[in-house]
Amino acid sequence: MDSTPHVRPDPRRVAQRLDGNALAGMLDAFAGLDPALLLLTCGHCGRSAALAEWSVEMDAAAAIVRCRGCTRTFATILRRDGGIEVRAAGGSISTPSAV
Amino acid sequence: MRTSDWLAARVADAVPDTAHGRRLTLAVPGWPGNAPGQHLDIRLTAPDGYQAERSYSIASSGPGESVEIAVDEIPEGEVSPYLVRVAEPGDALEVKGPLGAYFVWDPADPSPVQLIAGGSGIVPLLAMARARAAMSAGAPFRLLYSVRTAADALYRDEVERLGAAGLDVTWAYTRQAPTGWPGRVGRLDAERIAQATWMPAQHPLTFICGPTSFVEAAADAMVAAGHDAARVKTERFGGS
Repeated sequence: MDSTPHVRPDPRRVAQRLDGNALAGMLDAFAGLDPALLLLTCGHCGRSAALAEWSVEMDAAAAIVRCRGCTRTFATILRRDGGIEVRAAGGSISTPSAV
Repeated sequence: MRTSDWLAARVADAVPDTAHGRRLTLAVPGWPGNAPGQHLDIRLTAPDGYQAERSYSIASSGPGESVEIAVDEIPEGEVSPYLVRVAEPGDALEVKGPLGAYFVWDPADPSPVQLIAGGSGIVPLLAMARARAAMSAGAPFRLLYSVRTAADALYRDEVERLGAAGLDVTWAYTRQAPTGWPGRVGRLDAERIAQATWMPAQHPLTFICGPTSFVEAAADAMVAAGHDAARVKTERFGGS
């Protein structure tokens, strides 16, 4: 039986000052996931869909991810020195609910 | 294995399928197998070091280190003319994959499946139909396959065979139908899509693949007819 007095703040709601290392485990959920399944939500019109359903304009240098609802740019993904640079424009990225 | 690795591959077989399309079997040592509907990236490197990459749907599925694709030539294209006209057995290229967990059919899902293909959009849908045909009992499948003319249809013979073996196939011709074809020639409209597909009450899982404008029109028609948008999965390629 819970005998804790209910005057203490909910520990889940008290912010702690940490560094980015603390996010490694939380964001690890993104790492092993097929990017096509990531749920993107447009910050402009609110449309939400898997990355697989977004509009992409691509050439050898870059891919522009645009919303099918309002055509706003969500992100620009550039090929850079053998790697990838993602320039976020607007909206949110979440894991699908099953993950 | 991580999908970020490029794998060395060789063309094992190259078979003309249409006047502008060819089926290629690639031998890919280390290929981990793939689910029906997935795709891969192909990278070609020119003698001067210039590289070009493109995505291609996979017509095969399951375990093994042999991967089948079918390529429709895009005139003025950079990669497809090479794959359709030039590449020969023994030629080297690189592949990355399998890619994409979204446009994938799960053989354990008993839901009725509606496949809607526009042109070379048949490739990932054929992988699904083949996987279904290889099962003794699985979900009921229907295929609506839109092509310009009969001669333009990739995998025409195999689709006919799958039809004879029980796959419910509806052909649609946008330019010219075979002699004696009873249907109407022209772009698919909502009425013809509704006639050739499962009804919304049957709660099918729908996979639509083709050129962007075809996919947008077909998906809009399915949703307008009452299908759950979340169960209408699409894969678009090229142009508009």
